[in-house]
Amino acid sequence: MSDPPAPWPPTGATAAERQAAAGLGGSWQRLHPLSPFVRAGRGVIGIVILLLIPTSGGGGGTSSDLIHVGVIVVLFVLGFISWLVTRWRVQDGVLRVESGLIRRTSERFPLSRIQAIDTVRPGLARVFGLAELRIRLASGSGKAGRLAYLTNAEAETLRVRLLDMSHSSSAATQAAEATAATDAAEATASRPEQTLVTVPPGRLFASLLLTGSGLVLELAVVVLAVLAVVAPGVAAAAFSAGALVLIGLAFGLFRRFNGDYGLSVTDAADGLRLRSGLVETSAETIPRGRIQAIRMVEPLAWRLCGWCRLEVDVAGQKSRGRQDRNQARAGRALLPVGSREQAALLLASVFPGAPDERLVPPRRARWKSPLRFHYLSWGSNAHYAVATSGRIRRVTDWVPLAKVQSVRLLEGPVQRRLELSSVHLDTAGRKVHAVLRDRDRAEAQRLMQQLPERCREAR
Amino acid sequence: MVGLNERELSWNAPSPRLRVLRRYEVAAGTLGALILAVGIAIALEETAAAVAAVVVVILAGAIADVVAGRRVRAWGYAERDEDLMVRRGVMFRRMSVIPYGRMQYVEVTAGPFERTFGLATVQMHTAAAASDARIPGLPAAEAARLRGQLTSLGESHAMGL
Repeated sequence: MSDPPAPWPPTGATAAERQAAAGLGGSWQRLHPLSPFVRAGRGVIGIVILLLIPTSGGGGGTSSDLIHVGVIVVLFVLGFISWLVTRWRVQDGVLRVESGLIRRTSERFPLSRIQAIDTVRPGLARVFGLAELRIRLASGSGKAGRLAYLTNAEAETLRVRLLDMSHSSSAATQAAEATAATDAAEATASRPEQTLVTVPPGRLFASLLLTGSGLVLELAVVVLAVLAVVAPGVAAAAFSAGALVLIGLAFGLFRRFNGDYGLSVTDAADGLRLRSGLVETSAETIPRGRIQAIRMVEPLAWRLCGWCRLEVDVAGQKSRGRQDRNQARAGRALLPVGSREQAALLLASVFPGAPDERLVPPRRARWKSPLRFHYLSWGSNAHYAVATSGRIRRVTDWVPLAKVQSVRLLEGPVQRRLELSSVHLDTAGRKVHAVLRDRDRAEAQRLMQQLPERCREAR
Repeated sequence: MVGLNERELSWNAPSPRLRVLRRYEVAAGTLGALILAVGIAIALEETAAAVAAVVVVILAGAIADVVAGRRVRAWGYAERDEDLMVRRGVMFRRMSVIPYGRMQYVEVTAGPFERTFGLATVQMHTAAAASDARIPGLPAAEAARLRGQLTSLGESHAMGL
């Protein structure tokens, strides 16, 4: 508290670095003074516009003007207070963030548990040259530590230093983590960043138009256009009825476009680094050893173009936080859209030596899964298992055997009559699990005996 | 399903008191449905309907009791050297293998009815939400033993994510 806030605007990187260093040294630091304003983001802009509209209309008297000013002042003061009481510091290998005036919260993030640190810059933050640091731990609630917002230079310094500290402290404490840390340290010394994949915006746009919701939206627009020509009255009624749904669809598509725009995957020292974003940019690092599973999705329309989407799954159960909702639903795209070759390249980089050969289920499985049967297969080697399913939307899941948490066998009533069983390989990921569907019962029983042992050997 | 390396596995079953508990539960449900059905039939002054309802409800209760009994018998668990095996289900048969090293924590719960029967449910949690290792109806002493056993095995086999 005793430290005065850094001068604003910062005169150069030195001021930012000085502040970051002080925070790392254990003295309390505040966030950037504009943080509350940026965090409120669109909400504030909306409120301001709402407040200004009647006044600019000329109808409002002085009393309503006063109310508007009062509301703005109150919001301003609230924002200022929230900034004043939020502070952070690093001490004894623990990042502490305190916030709140009346309901005071103090969060502690042990650096040794850090999974990754992401840099996120929403549109408004970019205008002011600010960035948010998101510190991800492997906590069950999926809650991330947030430092919003810092200046760009400060954020970058802090990110690098925190990652360094997390590597050294984890190496000291945990033997299991030690290998990962030394790997990373080795790589830091030698390997330069190497770009694996970039996604051209044109292809991303085209691919979004070919997704399910994209096709629905296009169909609706075409129908509306035709209606507008044939029967304008009906078109207007239909539009007013379905406008909200259409806007929702369009907004969802735009959000995906915005999130995945200009995505580039680079092979960095500490893992895969993903950079993307149109209005809101984000840069996140996924440490190689933390990847629980990879899923390749190929919707019908994409298969015609030879496209696919690659998603990675990292540890953590379904997050309830608002900030991660988007990611939790869609899975983090390693490759929002790309060719098979690009997907194979990425896959080889993340899971080297993933199995190619596949085993198909017995013919009678067609009775249980008439549609799915076509692509149903699975394969495995000493380190990975892979399973394919889905007819219209083909889905392929890769799971490292070393990450399998439990093996389950399931046999439904229909399967029992056909002497079939499904074997599930559960991982700590949020959504991807390999399911070896509709295998012959004898094979499934054999797998139940062998797989736990093979998983143990893979570790 | 049952044939899985039967020769070396000794399956443990839940306590027979779980069967009794389930019978009481089914009986309570049947009684509730009976009162409701008869009440409605009397309110409508339909004697024939009342008799039919009583027969149907009692029949349904008997079937539910048989099903509950089969489900209790289907539960089983086996502690192997490296992992815990749990099997369950009649219609949908499931079997889980959970390595001790993957254990995050063990949960022992006992609801009011379970407690009156001296029973408890032991559940082993892993980092995967889908993992399914719940064993209901264990005698309290066995539940405590299993919890201690799993905890110590989990510690000695522990591994990261």
